[in-house]
Amino acid sequence: MKGLGELERSIMDILWAERGPLTAREVGRLIADRDLAPTTVMTVLDRLTRKGFLTRTRDGRAWRYEPAASRDAYVAELMLEALDLTGDRSAALQRFAQAVSGSEAEILRRALTELEE
Amino acid sequence: MIAAATLAALATVCAVGAWRLTSHRWTWRAPRAAILLWQSLGVTWGLASVGALLAFALQPFGRGIVHGLAYIGHHWREPHDLPRIVSLVAGLALLAALSTVLMWAGVETLRARRRHRMLLALIAREEPGVPGVRVLDHPGAAAYCVPGLRSQVVISAGTLRLLSPDELTAVLAHESAHVRERHDLVLLPFAALSRILPWSKTVHEAHASVALLIEMAADDRARRQCSPKRLATALLRFGTAAAYATPYGALGASTGENVMARVNRLVKPRAELPAHARFAIVAGSALLTASAPLLWLLPG
Repeated sequence: MKGLGELERSIMDILWAERGPLTAREVGRLIADRDLAPTTVMTVLDRLTRKGFLTRTRDGRAWRYEPAASRDAYVAELMLEALDLTGDRSAALQRFAQAVSGSEAEILRRALTELEE
Repeated sequence: MIAAATLAALATVCAVGAWRLTSHRWTWRAPRAAILLWQSLGVTWGLASVGALLAFALQPFGRGIVHGLAYIGHHWREPHDLPRIVSLVAGLALLAALSTVLMWAGVETLRARRRHRMLLALIAREEPGVPGVRVLDHPGAAAYCVPGLRSQVVISAGTLRLLSPDELTAVLAHESAHVRERHDLVLLPFAALSRILPWSKTVHEAHASVALLIEMAADDRARRQCSPKRLATALLRFGTAAAYATPYGALGASTGENVMARVNRLVKPRAELPAHARFAIVAGSALLTASAPLLWLLPG
C-alpha cells in the first residue's frame, strides 16, 4: 500500500481532474489501488478537509468532496512565495536570486552577454 | 552605577557599529566572519539595552542584574524612587518585547513553511534528471529551499528551461549550502526585527546586509564544487528572467546592485581577508558576545 502522503496526492489529482464533487465511494472507485479499504479513503479525505485543501457538502447520508482551490491556484501561491511577492518579509524560504526590472535588468543583460563571449 | 553606564555605552557602541557596518564592503571578502560579527552585534545590543535599564533600576540593592532580579522577585521588594521603577518596568518590557517578537517570528516562519511543504507534497513532482529536487510546474524562474529538519530544494519548470545543466548544478550547490549551514536561522532574528521596526533604517539595512552576506557565503561554498562562472551566469539569467516570468506585475525586493555584487565576486574574485584579520573579527565577536552576560552578572 502507498504511504499516506502519496495517497493524499492521488486523491487530490482525482478530484482536480473531476468536474464536480465526489463521494468517498466514487473516489475509491477511481483510485488505481483497488485493494484500498474504504475507511482509508475516508480517513485521507477527512485529513485533506481538515488541512483546508478540500471542502465537503452533505448529500443525503454521504459527504461530497471537492478541492478548495484549483491546482493552478496552489501553484501560483507557491510561486508568489518563491518569488517573494507576497509582501510578507519572513525568512521562510531561502531563494537563489530574484529578478530585477527596468534599467537594472538591462545592466545585468549586458553583463551576461559579456560573460558568454 | 558603573554597570549601568557600561551597558548603556555597550548598547550605543553596538548600534553605531551596526550602522557603520552596513556601509562597509570589506565584509564581502569574509562573509562568514562578518555574519558572526553581525550576530554578536545584534545579541549584545539587545542584552546591553535591557541590561542598562535593569542595572540602573537595581543599583540600590548592590547585587547586579541577575542576582538583583532574583532578590526582588524573592523578597517582593521594589525600587523606591520613581525613575528606578520606570527603568525596571521599561527594562522588563523591552526584554519581553524582544523575546516575544523572536518567538512570534519563529512560529510564523514554521507555519509558513509547513503550509508550503504540504502544498509541495500535493503538487510538486520529481524530475529524473535532477534527483532529490522538487519541481514546480510554472514557467517563471524560481529556485529556493524550504529549510527545516528535512529541507527541500525546489525549482520551477521555468528554471529547467532557463539554465544549462552546468548552471543548474551551480544553483543546486548554492541551495544545498543554505541547507547545510542553516542560514535561515541566522537570518530569522534580523528579519523579525526589520518587520516590527520598518521605520528604522539601520535595522532594515542590517537585515539586507546579513541577507546579502548569507548569499555570498553560499556562493563561496558552491564555487568549491562548480564553476564560478556558471554560477555567475545563472545569477544573471535569474536577474533578467523577469521578461516572461512575472504574471504578477510586481517584483521582489532585490536590487540589481546585489546581483552584480555577487556576480563580480564570482568572476573577479578579490583576495579573501587574510587569516589574521578574520581571526581578529571572530575573536572580537566572541568577546563582544561574552561582555553583556558578564556585565549582567557583575554585582554593583
